[in-house]
Amino acid sequence: MKKRTVITKLTGIFAMGCLLSGFLAGCGSPDASGTAAGAKDGGEVIVYNWGEYIDPDTLEMFEEETGVKVVYDEFETNEIMYPRVEAGASQYDVICPSDYMIQKMIDNDLLQELDFDNIPNAKANIGAQYWEQSEQFDPGNKYSVPYCWGTVGILYNKTMVEEPVDSWSILWDEKYADNILMQDSVRDAFMVALKLNGNSMNSMDPDELAAARDLLIEQKPLVQAYVIDQVRDKMIGNEAALGVIYSGEAIYTQRENPDLEYVIPKEGTNVWIDSWVVPKNAPNKKNAEKFIDFMCRPDIALLNFEYITYSTPNDAARELIEDEEIKNSSIAFPDLSQYANLETFNYLGDEGDELYNEMWKEVKSN
Amino acid sequence: MRKTTGKKPESPRIIYFNQAAMTAPYLFWALAFIIIPLLMIFYYGLTDKTGAFTLANVAAIATAEHSKALWLALALSLVSTAICLLLAYPLAMILANRRVSQQSFLVLIFILPMWMNFLLRTLAWQTLLEKTGVINAILTFFHLPPLNIINTPGAIVLGMVYNFLPFMILPLYNSLTKIDPSVVNAAYDLGANGVQTFCRVIFPLSIPGVISGITMVFVPALTTFVISNLLGGSKILLIGNVIEQEFTQASNWHLGSGLSIVLMAFIIVNMVLTGIFDKNGEGTAL
Repeated sequence: MKKRTVITKLTGIFAMGCLLSGFLAGCGSPDASGTAAGAKDGGEVIVYNWGEYIDPDTLEMFEEETGVKVVYDEFETNEIMYPRVEAGASQYDVICPSDYMIQKMIDNDLLQELDFDNIPNAKANIGAQYWEQSEQFDPGNKYSVPYCWGTVGILYNKTMVEEPVDSWSILWDEKYADNILMQDSVRDAFMVALKLNGNSMNSMDPDELAAARDLLIEQKPLVQAYVIDQVRDKMIGNEAALGVIYSGEAIYTQRENPDLEYVIPKEGTNVWIDSWVVPKNAPNKKNAEKFIDFMCRPDIALLNFEYITYSTPNDAARELIEDEEIKNSSIAFPDLSQYANLETFNYLGDEGDELYNEMWKEVKSN
Repeated sequence: MRKTTGKKPESPRIIYFNQAAMTAPYLFWALAFIIIPLLMIFYYGLTDKTGAFTLANVAAIATAEHSKALWLALALSLVSTAICLLLAYPLAMILANRRVSQQSFLVLIFILPMWMNFLLRTLAWQTLLEKTGVINAILTFFHLPPLNIINTPGAIVLGMVYNFLPFMILPLYNSLTKIDPSVVNAAYDLGANGVQTFCRVIFPLSIPGVISGITMVFVPALTTFVISNLLGGSKILLIGNVIEQEFTQASNWHLGSGLSIVLMAFIIVNMVLTGIFDKNGEGTAL
């Protein structure tokens, strides 16, 4: 779901400040960030994507081929992206949020339906199973085109962990005190605890949530740190034995440190999709569809997969992967039918957000 | 003696106009970047999601999580400020007693690290303090026990002291260099020993520097969230972290602003207190 460095996180924080001042000065448009040489004939497309979530070469190729100038802007979390789009101060043509956030944006009437006649590559290349999965947050597949997907699991260091890892419960094992890295985001952290208790990760039951909260509080003394992207670097650097991580980071970390192994715990986990969507107030819808279509082209999807190592839903692109090991990797392309209790995050409404945030604050301040 | 200027004095009206024209950019600055943001914080802080007036966001400081974060932030920033003062004062005295030619070079050495981004320097501390970090690698090499300070309040205090120490040194140094050496010599001539001279003459005269140093360290330390995030492993929630998360994660700007108002109150109390002490300091000095 996310691939970013701490620097992008921090710039995100500063962007908040800039956003506020930009808002005041009445110049909150993202145009400032696009400084490519002059506008070309095809107009422009304003893209708002996760940090480090695309191969920059593909943007250049798109500009070359279509004459459409790409104005590229990055966000750090779904939660930071949402208010900017909702406020309408910044107009974007294409955004790449995650499943539950797409649902929230559809619910709040922020997205427009796509004209799939202009995006022939989408239906042709993206696997049927991913469209099916998208139905969970985008019924009828009207608003979104899958871009990346993956699971959340445990990354562990084989030299530090002797026993087989197959359950979230190992994150509560006192043997690994101060050697555990947890995700510093509310839904991901609660997902782990809820799944371990055998509950749904979209639970709204106050008792289930309280039990999950207590479990997380119990775990806190064993946790070395709550981090997001730093799980990657810390695991590569042998800083910790176990970490909760997105599958897309796993291949990258294994390349850097062969002692690392990724597992999907038996209690089930989060299967997520990040998809391209077009907001209601997009100034260049035609170019947006052109952009999405370009990203669905097998050769382009392959370039992106190789660059960011997040699983691509583009079956045609997967066929093009030359390295058989990666092509059939159980990390990048797991056979989901062999896992039980896989779920996708749902948008839980404002009440749900508040409930989770309140509980998470209790965990963090404990 | 009358001062003679070559020019005829300008008419008061032109002076007035010039002043207004000259201050316009500053007025605009203050309006756009101080007054309006402040008003926005008060607007958000005193309303709920429907826009109705409420004090709930401010009163939310009383909840267990928030007050704990506030007290922890107060405690850590007070400790950091005290350590900064203890470290900086002797140093500022040493600096002030150097020859002028050396002074500027030495001051430069202390300012030099500030030319690098403070986030990068804090990240560097993370790399230094980590379990397999640079410091522990050196300690293990000499068969010494490893240092486990990362992700503890101690690491946060270290980060605060490291980052804010120059803000303590510079005002102290400034006020110490302003002390007339003949005042100190007079104290010695009148029979005061070193300790007495320091307690009765040098320290009282440096109070304005002490005050502004304390303010310049305490306020940013109280509100920081980056240092506690990076060096505390996000395990230690300070009030700054709570506010930051309300804005970035929970997108509850109303609660975030309400808590900011509480924090502002603490900062204003700090400023009023220092103002009172400052006046006393000046009073005894004159």
